[in-house]
Amino acid sequence: MITVTKLEKSYGRLKVLQPLSATFQAEQAVSLIGPNGSGKTTFIKSILGLVVPDAGEISFLGEPIRGGWQYRRDIGYMPQIGRYPDNMKIRQVFAMMKDLRGTNQSPAQSNYLDEELIRAFGLPALFDKTMQSLSGGTRQKVSACLAFLFDPKVLILDEPTAGLDPLASEILKDKILKEKAKGKLILITSHVLSDLDELTTDVMYLQDGQLQFFKPVEWLQDITGEVKLGRAIASIMSNERKSERVNE
Amino acid sequence: MNKVIKYVWLDILQNRIVLAYTVFLLVVSATLFGMESNASKGLMSLLNIVLMVVPLISLIFTTIHFYNSYEFIELLLAQPINRSKLLLSEFAGVASSLVTAFLVGVGGPVLLYAPGSTGAALLAAGVALTLVFVALAFLASVCTRDKAKGIGLALLIWFYFGLLYDGLVLTILFSFSDYPLEKAMLVLTTLNPVDLARIFIMLQMDVSALMGYTGALYQEFFGSMTGSLYALGVMLVWAVVPVWLAVRVFAKKDL
Repeated sequence: MITVTKLEKSYGRLKVLQPLSATFQAEQAVSLIGPNGSGKTTFIKSILGLVVPDAGEISFLGEPIRGGWQYRRDIGYMPQIGRYPDNMKIRQVFAMMKDLRGTNQSPAQSNYLDEELIRAFGLPALFDKTMQSLSGGTRQKVSACLAFLFDPKVLILDEPTAGLDPLASEILKDKILKEKAKGKLILITSHVLSDLDELTTDVMYLQDGQLQFFKPVEWLQDITGEVKLGRAIASIMSNERKSERVNE
Repeated sequence: MNKVIKYVWLDILQNRIVLAYTVFLLVVSATLFGMESNASKGLMSLLNIVLMVVPLISLIFTTIHFYNSYEFIELLLAQPINRSKLLLSEFAGVASSLVTAFLVGVGGPVLLYAPGSTGAALLAAGVALTLVFVALAFLASVCTRDKAKGIGLALLIWFYFGLLYDGLVLTILFSFSDYPLEKAMLVLTTLNPVDLARIFIMLQMDVSALMGYTGALYQEFFGSMTGSLYALGVMLVWAVVPVWLAVRVFAKKDL
Protein backbone atom coordinates (compact mmCIF):
# COMPACT_ATOMS: atom_id res chain seq x y z
CA MET A 1 0.00 0.00 0.00
CA ILE A 2 2.84 2.36 0.80
CA THR A 3 6.18 2.18 -0.95
CA VAL A 4 9.07 4.30 0.24
CA THR A 5 12.15 4.50 -1.98
CA LYS A 6 15.46 6.06 -0.97
CA LEU A 7 13.88 8.62 1.30
CA GLU A 8 16.33 11.24 2.54
CA LYS A 9 15.89 14.16 4.90
CA SER A 10 18.22 16.43 6.78
CA TYR A 11 17.63 19.40 9.02
CA GLY A 12 20.54 21.68 8.28
CA ARG A 13 23.64 19.54 8.70
CA LEU A 14 21.90 16.88 10.73
CA LYS A 15 20.98 13.90 8.60
CA VAL A 16 17.71 12.63 10.02
CA LEU A 17 16.96 10.01 7.40
CA GLN A 18 19.66 8.25 5.44
CA PRO A 19 18.44 6.79 2.16
CA LEU A 20 15.65 4.58 3.40
CA SER A 21 13.43 2.18 1.47
CA ALA A 22 10.53 0.04 2.67
CA THR A 23 7.24 -1.41 1.46
CA PHE A 24 4.13 -1.74 3.59
CA GLN A 25 1.25 -4.08 2.76
CA ALA A 26 -2.35 -4.15 3.89
CA GLU A 27 -3.01 -6.34 6.93
CA GLN A 28 0.43 -5.55 8.29
CA ALA A 29 0.82 -4.03 11.70
CA VAL A 30 4.27 -2.52 11.67
CA SER A 31 6.08 -1.43 14.80
CA LEU A 32 8.53 1.33 14.16
CA ILE A 33 11.09 1.27 16.90
CA GLY A 34 14.38 2.91 17.58
CA PRO A 35 16.07 5.22 20.09
CA ASN A 36 14.99 8.83 20.56
CA GLY A 37 15.99 10.93 17.61
CA SER A 38 16.35 7.98 15.28
CA GLY A 39 14.00 9.55 12.73
CA LYS A 40 10.78 7.67 13.46
CA THR A 41 8.55 10.73 13.63
CA THR A 42 10.26 12.35 10.64
CA PHE A 43 9.62 9.15 8.68
CA ILE A 44 5.94 9.15 9.64
CA LYS A 45 5.56 12.84 8.92
CA SER A 46 7.10 12.35 5.48
CA ILE A 47 4.43 9.78 4.67
CA LEU A 48 1.82 12.29 5.80
CA GLY A 49 3.38 15.05 3.73
CA LEU A 50 3.96 17.20 6.82
CA VAL A 51 7.70 16.99 6.25
CA VAL A 52 8.96 17.46 2.73
CA PRO A 53 11.79 15.00 2.01
CA ASP A 54 15.02 16.14 0.35
CA ALA A 55 15.15 13.15 -1.98
CA GLY A 56 13.43 9.88 -2.65
CA GLU A 57 9.85 9.03 -3.31
CA ILE A 58 6.83 7.80 -1.40
CA SER A 59 3.90 6.27 -3.19
CA PHE A 60 0.54 5.55 -1.67
CA LEU A 61 -1.67 2.93 -3.33
CA GLY A 62 0.57 3.19 -6.38
CA GLU A 63 0.40 6.97 -6.70
CA PRO A 64 3.37 9.19 -5.80
CA ILE A 65 2.34 11.55 -3.02
CA ARG A 66 4.63 14.49 -3.80
CA GLY A 67 2.53 17.63 -3.56
CA GLY A 68 -0.70 15.64 -3.43
CA TRP A 69 -3.24 15.77 -0.66
CA GLN A 70 -6.21 13.64 -1.68
CA TYR A 71 -4.43 10.48 -0.56
CA ARG A 72 -4.68 11.64 3.06
CA ARG A 73 -8.38 10.83 3.07
CA ASP A 74 -7.30 7.21 3.47
CA ILE A 75 -5.07 7.92 6.46
CA GLY A 76 -5.93 8.33 10.09
CA TYR A 77 -3.09 9.97 12.01
CA MET A 78 -2.62 10.17 15.73
CA PRO A 79 0.25 12.56 16.50
CA GLN A 80 2.69 12.12 19.36
CA ILE A 81 1.57 15.40 20.89
CA GLY A 82 -1.88 16.35 19.69
CA ARG A 83 -2.15 20.12 19.45
CA TYR A 84 -5.52 21.74 19.02
CA PRO A 85 -6.92 25.28 18.89
CA ASP A 86 -7.04 26.27 22.54
CA ASN A 87 -10.48 27.78 22.83
CA MET A 88 -12.32 25.12 20.86
CA LYS A 89 -14.49 22.66 22.72
CA ILE A 90 -14.13 18.92 22.13
CA ARG A 91 -17.54 18.92 20.49
CA GLN A 92 -16.43 21.69 18.12
CA VAL A 93 -13.21 19.89 17.20
CA PHE A 94 -15.16 16.79 16.20
CA ALA A 95 -17.78 18.84 14.38
CA MET A 96 -15.07 20.74 12.51
CA MET A 97 -13.26 17.60 11.40
CA LYS A 98 -16.48 16.01 10.21
CA ASP A 99 -17.36 19.20 8.40
CA LEU A 100 -13.94 19.56 6.76
CA ARG A 101 -13.51 15.94 5.82
CA GLY A 102 -17.13 15.47 4.82
CA THR A 103 -16.77 16.80 1.30
CA ASN A 104 -13.27 15.50 0.80
CA GLN A 105 -14.13 11.84 1.19
CA SER A 106 -14.01 9.87 -2.02
CA PRO A 107 -17.38 8.70 -3.34
CA ALA A 108 -16.41 5.08 -2.68
CA GLN A 109 -16.20 5.82 1.00
CA SER A 110 -19.54 5.89 2.68
CA ASN A 111 -20.27 8.53 5.24
CA TYR A 112 -19.67 5.91 7.87
CA LEU A 113 -18.22 7.37 11.02
CA ASP A 114 -16.53 5.13 13.51
CA GLU A 115 -17.53 6.62 16.85
CA GLU A 116 -16.98 3.50 18.87
CA LEU A 117 -13.83 4.83 20.50
CA ILE A 118 -15.49 8.11 21.48
CA ARG A 119 -18.06 6.19 23.47
CA ALA A 120 -15.53 3.71 24.86
CA PHE A 121 -13.40 6.57 26.24
CA GLY A 122 -16.47 8.26 27.69
CA LEU A 123 -15.68 11.48 25.84
CA PRO A 124 -19.32 12.62 25.38
CA ALA A 125 -19.34 13.56 29.07
CA LEU A 126 -16.48 16.01 28.40
CA PHE A 127 -17.80 17.41 25.12
CA ASP A 128 -18.23 20.95 26.45
CA LYS A 129 -14.73 21.32 27.85
CA THR A 130 -12.29 23.48 25.94
CA MET A 131 -9.15 21.87 24.53
CA GLN A 132 -6.84 23.98 26.69
CA SER A 133 -8.47 22.70 29.89
CA LEU A 134 -7.84 19.04 29.02
CA SER A 135 -5.16 16.87 30.56
CA GLY A 136 -2.51 15.35 28.30
CA GLY A 137 -4.18 11.95 28.48
CA THR A 138 -7.60 13.26 27.47
CA ARG A 139 -6.01 15.09 24.57
CA GLN A 140 -4.45 11.80 23.50
CA LYS A 141 -7.90 10.24 23.64
CA VAL A 142 -9.26 12.95 21.37
CA SER A 143 -6.37 12.40 18.95
CA ALA A 144 -7.01 8.66 18.94
CA CYS A 145 -10.74 9.13 18.29
CA LEU A 146 -10.00 11.48 15.39
CA ALA A 147 -7.59 8.98 13.84
CA PHE A 148 -10.21 6.22 13.85
CA LEU A 149 -13.24 8.40 13.16
CA PHE A 150 -13.25 8.27 9.37
CA ASP A 151 -12.61 4.53 9.07
CA PRO A 152 -9.38 5.04 7.07
CA LYS A 153 -7.46 2.29 5.26
CA VAL A 154 -4.20 3.20 6.93
CA LEU A 155 -3.69 4.10 10.57
CA ILE A 156 -0.55 5.91 11.63
CA LEU A 157 -0.15 6.07 15.38
CA ASP A 158 2.79 7.96 16.90
CA GLU A 159 3.29 6.84 20.50
CA PRO A 160 -0.40 6.04 20.93
CA THR A 161 -0.30 4.75 24.49
CA ALA A 162 2.04 7.37 25.96
CA GLY A 163 0.13 9.33 28.58
CA LEU A 164 -2.91 7.08 28.59
CA ASP A 165 -4.03 5.37 31.77
CA PRO A 166 -3.93 1.52 31.76
CA LEU A 167 -7.65 1.21 31.13
CA ALA A 168 -7.65 3.63 28.20
CA SER A 169 -4.55 2.06 26.74
CA GLU A 170 -6.24 -1.38 26.83
CA ILE A 171 -9.32 0.06 25.12
CA LEU A 172 -7.12 1.57 22.45
CA LYS A 173 -5.17 -1.67 21.95
CA ASP A 174 -8.44 -3.61 21.56
CA LYS A 175 -9.55 -1.10 18.96
CA ILE A 176 -6.26 -1.40 17.07
CA LEU A 177 -6.58 -5.21 17.04
CA LYS A 178 -10.11 -4.93 15.74
CA GLU A 179 -9.05 -2.63 12.88
CA LYS A 180 -6.10 -4.86 12.10
CA ALA A 181 -8.51 -7.79 11.75
CA LYS A 182 -10.40 -5.75 9.15
CA GLY A 183 -7.28 -5.82 6.97
CA LYS A 184 -5.99 -2.29 7.53
CA LEU A 185 -2.38 -1.26 7.46
CA ILE A 186 -1.27 -0.04 10.85
CA LEU A 187 1.97 1.81 11.59
CA ILE A 188 2.84 2.28 15.24
CA THR A 189 5.80 3.83 16.96
CA SER A 190 6.24 3.20 20.62
CA HIS A 191 8.87 2.84 23.28
CA VAL A 192 6.60 0.63 25.34
CA LEU A 193 7.49 -2.66 23.68
CA SER A 194 5.16 -4.67 25.89
CA ASP A 195 2.25 -2.71 24.40
CA LEU A 196 3.34 -3.72 20.93
CA ASP A 197 3.60 -7.44 21.69
CA GLU A 198 0.06 -8.42 20.85
CA LEU A 199 -0.37 -5.95 18.02
CA THR A 200 2.63 -6.32 15.80
CA THR A 201 3.21 -8.48 12.76
CA ASP A 202 6.42 -6.79 11.60
CA VAL A 203 9.18 -4.80 13.20
CA MET A 204 11.02 -1.94 11.59
CA TYR A 205 14.08 -0.83 13.50
CA LEU A 206 15.61 2.58 12.87
CA GLN A 207 18.84 3.94 14.24
CA ASP A 208 20.38 7.30 13.35
CA GLY A 209 18.03 7.50 10.41
CA GLN A 210 19.15 4.18 9.03
CA LEU A 211 16.98 1.14 8.62
CA GLN A 212 18.62 -1.62 10.66
CA PHE A 213 16.06 -4.27 9.80
CA PHE A 214 12.44 -4.68 8.76
CA LYS A 215 11.33 -8.25 9.46
CA PRO A 216 8.29 -10.25 10.57
CA VAL A 217 8.00 -10.90 14.28
CA GLU A 218 8.31 -14.69 13.72
CA TRP A 219 11.72 -14.20 12.15
CA LEU A 220 12.86 -12.23 15.18
CA GLN A 221 11.53 -14.88 17.53
CA ASP A 222 13.21 -17.59 15.49
CA ILE A 223 16.70 -16.20 15.41
CA THR A 224 16.72 -14.96 18.99
CA GLY A 225 14.75 -17.74 20.61
CA GLU A 226 12.80 -15.15 22.60
CA VAL A 227 9.00 -14.91 22.56
CA LYS A 228 8.66 -11.41 23.98
CA LEU A 229 9.28 -8.60 21.52
CA GLY A 230 11.21 -6.54 24.05
CA ARG A 231 13.66 -9.35 24.82
CA ALA A 232 14.05 -10.25 21.16
CA ILE A 233 14.98 -6.68 20.25
CA ALA A 234 17.29 -6.35 23.21
CA SER A 235 19.04 -9.55 22.26
CA ILE A 236 19.53 -8.42 18.67
CA MET A 237 20.86 -5.06 19.80
CA SER A 238 23.34 -6.61 22.21
CA ASN A 239 24.46 -9.10 19.56
CA GLU A 240 25.11 -6.25 17.19
CA ARG A 241 27.19 -4.48 19.79
CA LYS A 242 29.21 -7.63 20.33
CA SER A 243 29.83 -8.09 16.64
CA GLU A 244 30.81 -4.43 16.34
CA ARG A 245 33.36 -4.98 19.07
CA VAL A 246 34.66 -8.06 17.30
CA ASN A 247 34.99 -6.08 14.11
CA GLU A 248 36.91 -3.39 15.89
CA MET B 1 -11.72 26.19 1.05
CA ASN B 2 -14.79 28.17 2.13
CA LYS B 3 -15.12 25.93 5.12
CA VAL B 4 -11.61 26.71 6.27
CA ILE B 5 -12.31 30.46 5.93
CA LYS B 6 -15.36 29.96 8.11
CA TYR B 7 -13.24 28.51 10.91
CA VAL B 8 -10.66 31.27 10.54
CA TRP B 9 -13.45 33.84 10.97
CA LEU B 10 -14.86 32.01 13.98
CA ASP B 11 -11.42 32.07 15.59
CA ILE B 12 -10.93 35.78 14.84
CA LEU B 13 -14.36 36.69 16.19
CA GLN B 14 -13.61 34.79 19.38
CA ASN B 15 -10.55 36.78 20.36
CA ARG B 16 -12.14 40.22 19.87
CA ILE B 17 -8.95 42.01 18.79
CA VAL B 18 -10.46 42.88 15.43
CA LEU B 19 -13.49 44.24 17.24
CA ALA B 20 -11.25 46.44 19.38
CA TYR B 21 -9.45 47.61 16.23
CA THR B 22 -12.80 48.60 14.68
CA VAL B 23 -13.81 50.56 17.76
CA PHE B 24 -10.41 52.26 17.89
CA LEU B 25 -10.67 53.36 14.26
CA LEU B 26 -14.23 54.57 14.81
CA VAL B 27 -13.24 56.66 17.82
CA VAL B 28 -10.17 58.14 16.12
CA SER B 29 -12.04 59.01 12.91
CA ALA B 30 -15.03 60.49 14.69
CA THR B 31 -12.77 62.56 16.97
CA LEU B 32 -10.68 63.91 14.10
CA PHE B 33 -13.75 64.92 12.13
CA GLY B 34 -15.28 66.46 15.22
CA MET B 35 -12.17 68.52 16.02
CA GLU B 36 -11.60 69.97 12.58
CA SER B 37 -14.14 72.48 11.31
CA ASN B 38 -13.35 71.59 7.71
CA ALA B 39 -14.09 68.05 6.51
CA SER B 40 -11.13 67.93 4.13
CA LYS B 41 -8.77 69.00 6.92
CA GLY B 42 -10.22 66.12 8.90
CA LEU B 43 -9.47 63.81 6.01
CA MET B 44 -5.87 65.02 5.90
CA SER B 45 -5.35 64.26 9.58
CA LEU B 46 -7.07 60.91 9.16
CA LEU B 47 -4.81 60.14 6.22
CA ASN B 48 -1.71 60.42 8.37
CA ILE B 49 -3.21 58.13 11.00
CA VAL B 50 -4.28 55.58 8.40
CA LEU B 51 -0.84 55.51 6.78
CA MET B 52 0.78 54.67 10.13
CA VAL B 53 -1.78 52.58 11.96
CA VAL B 54 -3.23 50.36 9.23
CA PRO B 55 0.11 48.81 8.19
CA LEU B 56 1.18 48.35 11.81
CA ILE B 57 -2.02 46.63 12.96
CA SER B 58 -2.24 44.53 9.80
CA LEU B 59 1.32 43.28 10.25
CA ILE B 60 1.17 42.59 13.98
CA PHE B 61 -2.30 41.07 14.03
CA THR B 62 -1.59 38.78 11.08
CA THR B 63 1.70 37.56 12.50
CA ILE B 64 0.26 36.83 15.93
CA HIS B 65 -2.78 35.20 14.40
CA PHE B 66 -0.61 32.98 12.23
CA TYR B 67 1.48 31.72 15.12
CA ASN B 68 -1.58 31.22 17.29
CA SER B 69 -3.24 29.13 14.60
CA TYR B 70 -0.19 26.96 14.15
CA GLU B 71 -1.93 24.10 15.96
CA PHE B 72 -4.96 24.51 13.75
CA ILE B 73 -2.79 24.49 10.63
CA GLU B 74 -0.90 21.43 11.84
CA LEU B 75 -4.13 19.61 12.57
CA LEU B 76 -5.59 20.39 9.16
CA LEU B 77 -2.48 19.47 7.22
CA ALA B 78 -2.73 15.87 8.39
CA GLN B 79 -6.18 15.84 6.78
CA PRO B 80 -7.00 15.67 3.08
CA ILE B 81 -6.59 19.40 2.59
CA ASN B 82 -4.46 21.18 0.04
CA ARG B 83 -1.59 23.18 1.54
CA SER B 84 -1.81 26.13 -0.83
CA LYS B 85 -5.56 26.33 -0.40
CA LEU B 86 -5.15 26.24 3.36
CA LEU B 87 -2.74 29.17 3.33
CA LEU B 88 -4.87 31.13 0.86
CA SER B 89 -7.92 30.52 3.06
CA GLU B 90 -6.00 31.79 6.08
CA PHE B 91 -5.02 34.86 4.08
CA ALA B 92 -8.57 35.42 2.84
CA GLY B 93 -9.98 35.01 6.36
CA VAL B 94 -7.54 37.43 8.02
CA ALA B 95 -7.55 39.98 5.20
CA SER B 96 -11.33 40.07 4.93
CA SER B 97 -11.74 40.57 8.70
CA LEU B 98 -9.26 43.45 8.78
CA VAL B 99 -10.75 45.03 5.67
CA THR B 100 -14.22 44.84 7.21
CA ALA B 101 -12.91 46.41 10.42
CA PHE B 102 -11.34 49.23 8.42
CA LEU B 103 -14.42 49.85 6.27
CA VAL B 104 -16.65 50.02 9.33
CA GLY B 105 -14.23 51.98 11.53
CA VAL B 106 -13.08 54.55 8.98
CA GLY B 107 -15.70 54.16 6.27
CA GLY B 108 -18.62 54.93 8.57
CA PRO B 109 -17.33 58.33 9.79
CA VAL B 110 -16.03 59.25 6.31
CA LEU B 111 -19.44 58.61 4.78
CA LEU B 112 -21.01 60.69 7.52
CA TYR B 113 -18.65 63.70 7.56
CA ALA B 114 -16.84 63.76 4.22
CA PRO B 115 -18.61 61.78 1.52
CA GLY B 116 -17.09 62.24 -1.93
CA SER B 117 -14.24 61.09 -4.12
CA THR B 118 -11.50 62.00 -1.66
CA GLY B 119 -13.16 59.96 1.06
CA ALA B 120 -13.54 57.07 -1.34
CA ALA B 121 -9.85 57.35 -2.25
CA LEU B 122 -8.90 57.19 1.42
CA LEU B 123 -10.98 54.06 1.85
CA ALA B 124 -9.55 52.41 -1.26
CA ALA B 125 -6.01 53.21 -0.13
CA GLY B 126 -6.71 51.84 3.35
CA VAL B 127 -8.10 48.61 1.95
CA ALA B 128 -5.12 48.24 -0.40
CA LEU B 129 -2.67 48.92 2.45
CA THR B 130 -4.40 46.30 4.59
CA LEU B 131 -4.08 43.70 1.84
CA VAL B 132 -0.44 44.57 1.17
CA PHE B 133 0.65 44.36 4.79
CA VAL B 134 -1.36 41.24 5.58
CA ALA B 135 0.37 39.66 2.59
CA LEU B 136 3.81 40.80 3.78
CA ALA B 137 3.07 39.53 7.29
CA PHE B 138 2.12 36.11 5.91
CA LEU B 139 5.39 35.97 4.03
CA ALA B 140 7.31 36.95 7.18
CA SER B 141 5.50 34.34 9.32
CA VAL B 142 5.93 31.54 6.83
CA CYS B 143 9.65 32.20 6.57
CA THR B 144 10.33 32.15 10.31
CA ARG B 145 9.71 29.31 12.71
CA ASP B 146 9.98 31.29 15.90
CA LYS B 147 7.15 33.58 17.05
CA ALA B 148 9.43 36.29 18.43
CA LYS B 149 11.46 36.35 15.23
CA GLY B 150 8.30 36.53 13.15
CA ILE B 151 6.92 39.50 15.07
CA GLY B 152 10.34 41.14 15.00
CA LEU B 153 10.48 40.78 11.25
CA ALA B 154 6.96 42.20 10.94
CA LEU B 155 7.97 45.25 13.01
CA LEU B 156 11.08 45.66 10.91
CA ILE B 157 8.95 45.72 7.77
CA TRP B 158 6.82 48.43 9.32
CA PHE B 159 9.80 50.55 10.38
CA TYR B 160 11.31 50.17 6.97
CA PHE B 161 8.27 51.20 4.94
CA GLY B 162 6.83 53.68 7.44
CA LEU B 163 9.93 55.52 8.61
CA LEU B 164 13.28 54.41 7.22
CA TYR B 165 12.33 54.43 3.57
CA ASP B 166 11.43 58.13 3.48
CA GLY B 167 14.71 58.93 5.19
CA LEU B 168 16.59 56.95 2.57
CA VAL B 169 14.75 58.68 -0.24
CA LEU B 170 15.54 62.09 1.26
CA THR B 171 19.19 61.18 1.60
CA ILE B 172 19.30 60.17 -2.05
CA LEU B 173 17.56 63.39 -3.00
CA PHE B 174 20.07 65.52 -1.12
CA SER B 175 23.17 63.70 -2.22
CA PHE B 176 22.22 63.68 -5.88
CA SER B 177 20.45 67.03 -6.00
CA ASP B 178 22.65 68.13 -8.90
CA TYR B 179 21.16 65.51 -11.19
CA PRO B 180 17.68 65.25 -12.68
CA LEU B 181 15.99 62.72 -10.41
CA GLU B 182 12.41 62.77 -11.69
CA LYS B 183 12.32 59.31 -13.17
CA ALA B 184 14.34 57.81 -10.33
CA MET B 185 11.88 59.27 -7.83
CA LEU B 186 9.00 57.62 -9.65
CA VAL B 187 10.68 54.26 -9.38
CA LEU B 188 11.60 54.81 -5.74
CA THR B 189 8.01 55.63 -4.82
CA THR B 190 6.72 52.54 -6.54
CA LEU B 191 8.95 50.53 -4.24
CA ASN B 192 7.05 51.63 -1.12
CA PRO B 193 3.34 50.82 -0.77
CA VAL B 194 2.87 53.44 1.97
CA ASP B 195 4.18 56.20 -0.29
CA LEU B 196 2.00 54.91 -3.07
CA ALA B 197 -1.07 55.11 -0.85
CA ARG B 198 -0.16 58.66 0.16
CA ILE B 199 0.27 59.79 -3.43
CA PHE B 200 -2.91 58.05 -4.47
CA ILE B 201 -4.95 60.03 -1.94
CA MET B 202 -3.08 63.28 -2.59
CA LEU B 203 -3.87 63.03 -6.30
CA GLN B 204 -7.54 62.86 -5.37
CA MET B 205 -7.33 65.77 -2.96
CA ASP B 206 -5.91 68.02 -5.64
CA VAL B 207 -3.49 69.67 -3.26
CA SER B 208 -0.37 69.46 -5.39
CA ALA B 209 1.24 72.21 -3.35
CA LEU B 210 1.27 69.88 -0.35
CA MET B 211 2.45 66.88 -2.27
CA GLY B 212 5.93 68.11 -2.74
CA TYR B 213 8.27 66.82 -5.32
CA THR B 214 7.07 63.28 -5.92
CA GLY B 215 3.36 63.92 -6.02
CA ALA B 216 3.74 66.79 -8.47
CA LEU B 217 5.77 64.50 -10.64
CA TYR B 218 3.05 61.90 -10.57
CA GLN B 219 0.48 64.43 -11.65
CA GLU B 220 2.69 65.66 -14.41
CA PHE B 221 3.51 62.18 -15.67
CA PHE B 222 0.18 60.50 -15.46
CA GLY B 223 -2.53 63.05 -14.93
CA SER B 224 -4.85 62.31 -12.02
CA MET B 225 -6.77 59.35 -13.38
CA THR B 226 -3.90 57.34 -14.85
CA GLY B 227 -1.74 58.10 -11.83
CA SER B 228 -4.40 56.74 -9.50
CA LEU B 229 -4.88 53.61 -11.52
CA TYR B 230 -1.15 53.05 -11.70
CA ALA B 231 -0.81 53.50 -7.93
CA LEU B 232 -3.62 51.06 -7.21
CA GLY B 233 -2.26 48.56 -9.74
CA VAL B 234 1.19 48.62 -8.17
CA MET B 235 -0.38 48.19 -4.71
CA LEU B 236 -2.14 45.12 -6.04
CA VAL B 237 1.18 43.73 -7.20
CA TRP B 238 2.53 44.45 -3.72
CA ALA B 239 -0.22 42.26 -2.28
CA VAL B 240 -0.20 39.44 -4.82
CA VAL B 241 3.55 38.82 -5.01
CA PRO B 242 4.13 38.27 -1.26
CA VAL B 243 1.11 35.95 -1.05
CA TRP B 244 2.39 34.00 -4.01
CA LEU B 245 5.85 33.75 -2.45
CA ALA B 246 4.34 32.75 0.89
CA VAL B 247 2.38 29.93 -0.77
CA ARG B 248 5.55 28.71 -2.46
CA VAL B 249 7.56 28.75 0.75
CA PHE B 250 4.72 27.14 2.71
CA ALA B 251 4.44 24.29 0.20
CA LYS B 252 7.97 23.22 1.15
CA LYS B 253 7.78 23.95 4.86
CA ASP B 254 8.30 21.17 7.40
CA LEU B 255 5.81 21.09 10.23
